[in-house]
Amino acid sequence: MLNVLDLHTYYGDSHVLQGVTMHVDSGRVTAVLGRNGVGKTTLCRSLVGLTPARAGRIVFNDTEITRLPPHQICGLRISLVPQGRRIFRSLTVEEHLAIAGRTRGSLAGVSEKREHRPGWDVRKVYDVFPRLSERRGHRGDELSGGEQQMLAIARALVANPVLLVMDEPTEGLAPMLVAEVGKLIRRLKDEGTSILLVEQNASFAVKTADYVHVMSKGRIVHSSEPAALWANGDIRTQFLGVPRVDPPVARD
Amino acid sequence: MIYIITQFLNGLFSAALLFLIAGGLTLVFGVMRIVNIAHGSFYMLGVYVAYTVIARTDSLLLGTIAAVLLVAAVGLAVERLFLRRFASRPLPQMMMTMGFALVFRDAAFMIWGGDPFTLPYPALLAGSVETRDIVFPAYRLFVMLVAAVVGLLLWVLNEHTLIGAKLRATVDDPEMAAATGINVALVSGGVFAAGAALAAFGGVMGGPILGGYAGMDLDLLPLAFVVVIIGGMGSLKGALVGSIAVGLIDNFGKALVPELSYFTLFAPMVIVLAIKPTGLYGRG
Repeated sequence: MLNVLDLHTYYGDSHVLQGVTMHVDSGRVTAVLGRNGVGKTTLCRSLVGLTPARAGRIVFNDTEITRLPPHQICGLRISLVPQGRRIFRSLTVEEHLAIAGRTRGSLAGVSEKREHRPGWDVRKVYDVFPRLSERRGHRGDELSGGEQQMLAIARALVANPVLLVMDEPTEGLAPMLVAEVGKLIRRLKDEGTSILLVEQNASFAVKTADYVHVMSKGRIVHSSEPAALWANGDIRTQFLGVPRVDPPVARD
Repeated sequence: MIYIITQFLNGLFSAALLFLIAGGLTLVFGVMRIVNIAHGSFYMLGVYVAYTVIARTDSLLLGTIAAVLLVAAVGLAVERLFLRRFASRPLPQMMMTMGFALVFRDAAFMIWGGDPFTLPYPALLAGSVETRDIVFPAYRLFVMLVAAVVGLLLWVLNEHTLIGAKLRATVDDPEMAAATGINVALVSGGVFAAGAALAAFGGVMGGPILGGYAGMDLDLLPLAFVVVIIGGMGSLKGALVGSIAVGLIDNFGKALVPELSYFTLFAPMVIVLAIKPTGLYGRG
């Protein structure tokens, strides 16, 4: 459903993605693993249009989206759960869900609005995250870190995505909440949502994903089923380091 | 006592005009992160367009509507055709608005000449209101009322509508707003045009008193900037509080110690900046 072909992305002169080729299969959880600074977040940013790639192609269900602006990519039902949550500080929980739920990119908007397939809306999001329902009148900057992460996921879900891109959704979360996120990902998969899970937390990703890409220095260096990756000691030590638990302090 | 009350009301009148002008300036900054040097030009163009239309049609209402719509269109054109090319690059954008300020100033000089004029008063509001011993021009009260209504409308729009939520999301985090499906370019264009329209409206409202003259665009800009800096860039509430503060301080300063009028205007700004560098309601 998503094919990335020889993608090159720069920040100014800095060549971050140096020819990434990878794919996400429909209805599966695909993980991208790698150490800090190998370009995982840049890959997410290029996918959703925030840092357009300078060369290469991104094809989503036969549509080339490489150079589309972010709101149009969002309109094609690709949603992002960004690293660091990026909650709007002055918006209430309810407003977050309202702007994310009702807006559609102009390209896809016309055809997709009519299509009433069962999916995520505000009510379902509140069912899954009762805590957000309790806090619906609170502003983004009044929420706890865990609540903000739930809201970041909820904000992506109300757009009813076909592909959910999650950039380190477990970062800085307590173990119990990490387990919750894992459960939610499996549920989304069962409902037919495709997921791209970008993680530093290798053990979490390997447990959750159906397919794994390993990234190093702006390239994909290994792609396989998670079991095969886990069995490959060289890859594990060379590119992932020893799986570790992140410190409880959020880094941003 | 009467003198003080009259000065107080005059201060509020200045505050009302300043709010109409600074409100647009602060919104544009909040969404686009640019300091719009051409904002004073939109204010000036509003007065000139209204002047021309009123002279032809004899209708204040038509003049006001024409000024607001035409200046909004000019603002939209400036944003779409020029500023958009430098999206997310505040310095080139600011230089460009500065260039436009000079272009508009010379264009106005060529089209309308440099003679000063004032706009006519609405006939209904030409007189004064008297309570006890205080006599105050009805038109000035009207402008205060209009500014209050505009402020209220902006507040409702910003805090209680979906458009307002999208606007605030764009101010908070433009990238994430785009990734959430908001067309940030459209929001920027809309806000820039609305800011220009507000400035033009402020110019027309002040027209019967302040009128139009060569150089009016850059006379007003420093005051509007002081308002926005005191209130906090990007904050509507800040623009309101800043306008009232600057309006009152400027009036009392000029009335009581006219030789220090620039000092009394800029000293509060310096004090606010020293204590809270982001302004009263600004964010880091």
